Amino acid sequence: MFKLKPMKTLFKRDRRTGDFVFAVIFLIFSILLLSQLDEQVHWSNQGKFIAQPGFWPAVSLTGMTIFAFFHLIGSALSQRIYGRLKEIGLWVRSLEYAAWFLLYVWLVPQVGYLPMTLIFMPLLVFRLGYRELKMFLLASFIGFLIVLVFKTFLKVKIPGGELYEYLPGSIRSFMILNF
Amino acid sequence: MDVLLSAFDILFRWDVLFALLIGSVGGVFIGAIPGVGAAVAIAILLPATFSLEPIVGLTLLLGIYGSSMYGGSIPAILINTPGTAVNALTTYDGYPMTQRGEGRRALSLAYSASFFGGILSVICLILFAPVLAKVAPLFGSREIFMAALLGIILVVFAHRGQILATGMLACFGIFINSIGLEPIRYTKRYTFDQSWLASGVDLIVVVLGLFALSQAFLLLVENNYSPKATPLKGGLFQGLKELWIYKRVASVSASFGILMGMIPGVGEFTAQFMSYTYAQKNSEKPELFGKGSPEGLVASEAANNAVPAAAMIPLLALGIPGEALTAMMLSVFYVHNVIPGPQLFQNEMDFVMALYISLLLLNGIVLIFLMFSTNFILKIIQIPTRFLGVVILTLSFVGVYSLRNSITDCAVAAGFGVFGLILKRLNLPIVAIILGMVLGGIMEVKLRSSMARVTTPLDFIDRPISAAIFAIIVLVIVLHIRTAVKEYCEHK
Repeated sequence: MFKLKPMKTLFKRDRRTGDFVFAVIFLIFSILLLSQLDEQVHWSNQGKFIAQPGFWPAVSLTGMTIFAFFHLIGSALSQRIYGRLKEIGLWVRSLEYAAWFLLYVWLVPQVGYLPMTLIFMPLLVFRLGYRELKMFLLASFIGFLIVLVFKTFLKVKIPGGELYEYLPGSIRSFMILNF
Repeated sequence: MDVLLSAFDILFRWDVLFALLIGSVGGVFIGAIPGVGAAVAIAILLPATFSLEPIVGLTLLLGIYGSSMYGGSIPAILINTPGTAVNALTTYDGYPMTQRGEGRRALSLAYSASFFGGILSVICLILFAPVLAKVAPLFGSREIFMAALLGIILVVFAHRGQILATGMLACFGIFINSIGLEPIRYTKRYTFDQSWLASGVDLIVVVLGLFALSQAFLLLVENNYSPKATPLKGGLFQGLKELWIYKRVASVSASFGILMGMIPGVGEFTAQFMSYTYAQKNSEKPELFGKGSPEGLVASEAANNAVPAAAMIPLLALGIPGEALTAMMLSVFYVHNVIPGPQLFQNEMDFVMALYISLLLLNGIVLIFLMFSTNFILKIIQIPTRFLGVVILTLSFVGVYSLRNSITDCAVAAGFGVFGLILKRLNLPIVAIILGMVLGGIMEVKLRSSMARVTTPLDFIDRPISAAIFAIIVLVIVLHIRTAVKEYCEHK
């Protein structure tokens, strides 16, 4: 046992700040979903219970709610870790970058993959506080490389930008196909 | 012999070998950069591989999967920052060795142990293939259902100290999989009258959100970190000789890796736990463990590198992924209409063998590459983490948007990205959601198809294999309850 105990601590997963808030939100979310079970699935009068369309949602949501309930109890009984608000602040801050991502997604079909990537990457690098020219050039170069590898060589399905329609004929089709 | 020749025929094409080379070398870099990891890279590349031939796409992803842990040991040993999560244990002995001025020795030993673990695992896989080809067809719907159930239970119990949270997330995964049109009666489930939910939530969108976007968001919101590492001087070949001294630890650890890799839902951490415990118990210097023990380093690296090849067994033979990365690969198989399972072993053994040989080759490629390029990799790992976040965010767009050119998919992925960030900050296992989604889907289909032959619950276990799996499930639960009670009594 003398040797095994340090091993257990080595592999033990620790509880972190914000766990209680997460546990509360997840339990509410589970209960809300479970309360919609009758509305959101079809229950037929025929067939076995395990063949019902609602069987798996019922099993999973019941499991989710039970586990979430006991997880919340475990969290509430554990020693409080301070810094909860700071942690939630960090979660909320990530929404800004989700918005950046969605803006990029929205603009690519309009501006075009290559031009938008060449605008997006240096702009986000600037937002993050980098001010050296080296970083902007590196961001632009990596952006160009990403477009080249995925769109030009691997031909992944990304449509050409609407702005490309204003380009002269041969350049337009070249841009739509490759960038 | 015919199978082997046919496998060589499949594998030795320039496009397949090029994909293997790119995957293996790329995987080393990806694994070496802290904050990226194989899961992020595979998630991003997944849709891009859909346009490739199955063998090309799979060798590329296998290359990344099998080589990332090699790369992950570099920052773990030299700068005390694991490149991938499974290299965390490597820091315990690798970094103290670097502090003692033995960084080169530690790296060399880690590469050698990883190579040994990887090769032994693939050899076992190749030798085991004929047995699997005979056993796999014995698995019918009931057995596969039971195996998937065992997988879910093991995932939950493998996360000691977080069983409730893991259970909750696994159930959440099963729930996400059930959203949309139900496959038999075509009734809607949890769509809330939203047309975009009618086709369900795509696994790849969830994977990209939880792995790639969440990592990008995490790197962007956390403090910037720019790792610094001192270049190494001298060769890295002496570890191959030194490994001979620790041959027993390496062999036992690799065996644990193979065994744990084969069991769905268990994976690297349990293999490392068992091999590290074994190595310390049998060491002449147990007090050195955690303070720079070469045996500890060998145990950790041999165990984790033996897992990827072994994890292919349940995936290929039964169509059951044991962890997140093989779950992602499962979708590549499905896209190309190659359905892993007993039929694959019966009808396309050459394809399976080609995958095994590619795993063998990748270990050789990676070892040679690492012996000569470690100092170059050290320059790459010094990329500031927030800048890396920008790159991952931009790359994630390719993964999500190229699927269906859908902004809704991107919004869903972004939502899962934020959710994944919260889970990562809380140290909760994301993998449980992915396995819940995949195994939940398998369980639903297999339960339904087995119902024609099942009238009472006992019919589920009236065949030897399903009865054996059921016995394992009961044993796992009983053992866990026993351990929990014992620990509670000790704590009291």
